[in-house]
Amino acid sequence: MTPLDYEFLRKLLKDRSGLDLSADKQYLVESRLLPLARRANLPGIPELVQKLRSGGEQLTTQVVEAMTTNETFFFRDKIPFDHLREGILPGLIQSRASRRSLRIWSAACSTGQEPYSIAMCLREFGPALAGWRIEIVATDLSQEVLEKSKAGLYSQFEVQRGLPIQLLVKHFTQLGELWQLSADIRGMVQHRQLNLLQDFSHLGKFDVIFCRNVLIYFDQETKASIFERMAKVMEPDGTLLLGAAESVVGITDAFKPNQERRGLYQINPVRSPRGGAALLPGLKVVAAR
Amino acid sequence: MRTCLVVDDSSVIRKVARRILEGLDFQIVEAEDGEQALEICKRGLPDAVLLDWNMPVMDGYEFLGNLRRMPGGDAPKVVFCTTENDVAHIARALHAGANEYIMKPFDKDIVTAKFQEVGLI
Repeated sequence: MTPLDYEFLRKLLKDRSGLDLSADKQYLVESRLLPLARRANLPGIPELVQKLRSGGEQLTTQVVEAMTTNETFFFRDKIPFDHLREGILPGLIQSRASRRSLRIWSAACSTGQEPYSIAMCLREFGPALAGWRIEIVATDLSQEVLEKSKAGLYSQFEVQRGLPIQLLVKHFTQLGELWQLSADIRGMVQHRQLNLLQDFSHLGKFDVIFCRNVLIYFDQETKASIFERMAKVMEPDGTLLLGAAESVVGITDAFKPNQERRGLYQINPVRSPRGGAALLPGLKVVAAR
Repeated sequence: MRTCLVVDDSSVIRKVARRILEGLDFQIVEAEDGEQALEICKRGLPDAVLLDWNMPVMDGYEFLGNLRRMPGGDAPKVVFCTTENDVAHIARALHAGANEYIMKPFDKDIVTAKFQEVGLI
């Protein structure tokens, strides 16, 4: 791949998805896009880039999806779901007792393992949440992964990575080589296509936001913008969960880390006068609260 | 170092499992069938058992019943690892006291995830 082609792809991906590829990720681009080029009957990456330059919209979407689709599995990292069961949900069951409703957002849900893990956690609470209005909103940039998520069909490999066997037996039905989630669990999740770079205020307010292992691909300015906008769709006592290698520290002060539970963040009621800019000189704050 | 008893009549599966589990810092003991595995357990209980279902002499299901009836036999974490990949077999294994269940074919990620699930890692 020529440096010019790589720069073209970097810019295209940044503009379309916020994906911020460093200069040394040619191997990643080649490994993800070469199969796509072959499927499009193109001999290689240079020809793919040529076609993209001439404005192939469908191909552009496929390129963005191929580069932004990430591996996921049920109950990934385990600890966030322990926090959900042991801390977040018991707290919300008390604080939302009068309104009896919960809204949880799985941002960048990929093929559905995260929102469905959340749904299975909620089902464990049984009678404590009976009669509650529960919405799990699952969004992703890729329509293709959303379709897979909606189907709730997983391979034998997928259901064995992170999903306890008891939950497989309880919530899945075997369909030949595949396993399908029960209609009950699937029905708890609403799917919507969403680009985190664009406005998401129409989604409404959330009690819990899972945004894990997606912002690591964005530059600081984009992360700050997303955090600022997430703070606006978060209930004042809500919780944001980030991936194990992610943090708000040094990026925004719209959220503050939970002192007792690592990886959890709350709305920061006491912000510096200049917002995130006070923490990171030169950073453009997209929206102040 | 924790010990894991790998019980499978296939030497290839035992070899693959050994390589994966040694990479997860387990000391491995091998058995070709349930009867051999039971003899090993009588001499000393392992921390974990990776257990095939269909084996000559004594199958995995029968071994598990015998193990759980031994003094201290409820302590080892037992993870079935078998081609019996249907819900009825899984339910039967759980009822007999299995802690987790791996459907063959498997890879390192699956073994790691299952061993994490039962608190062995």
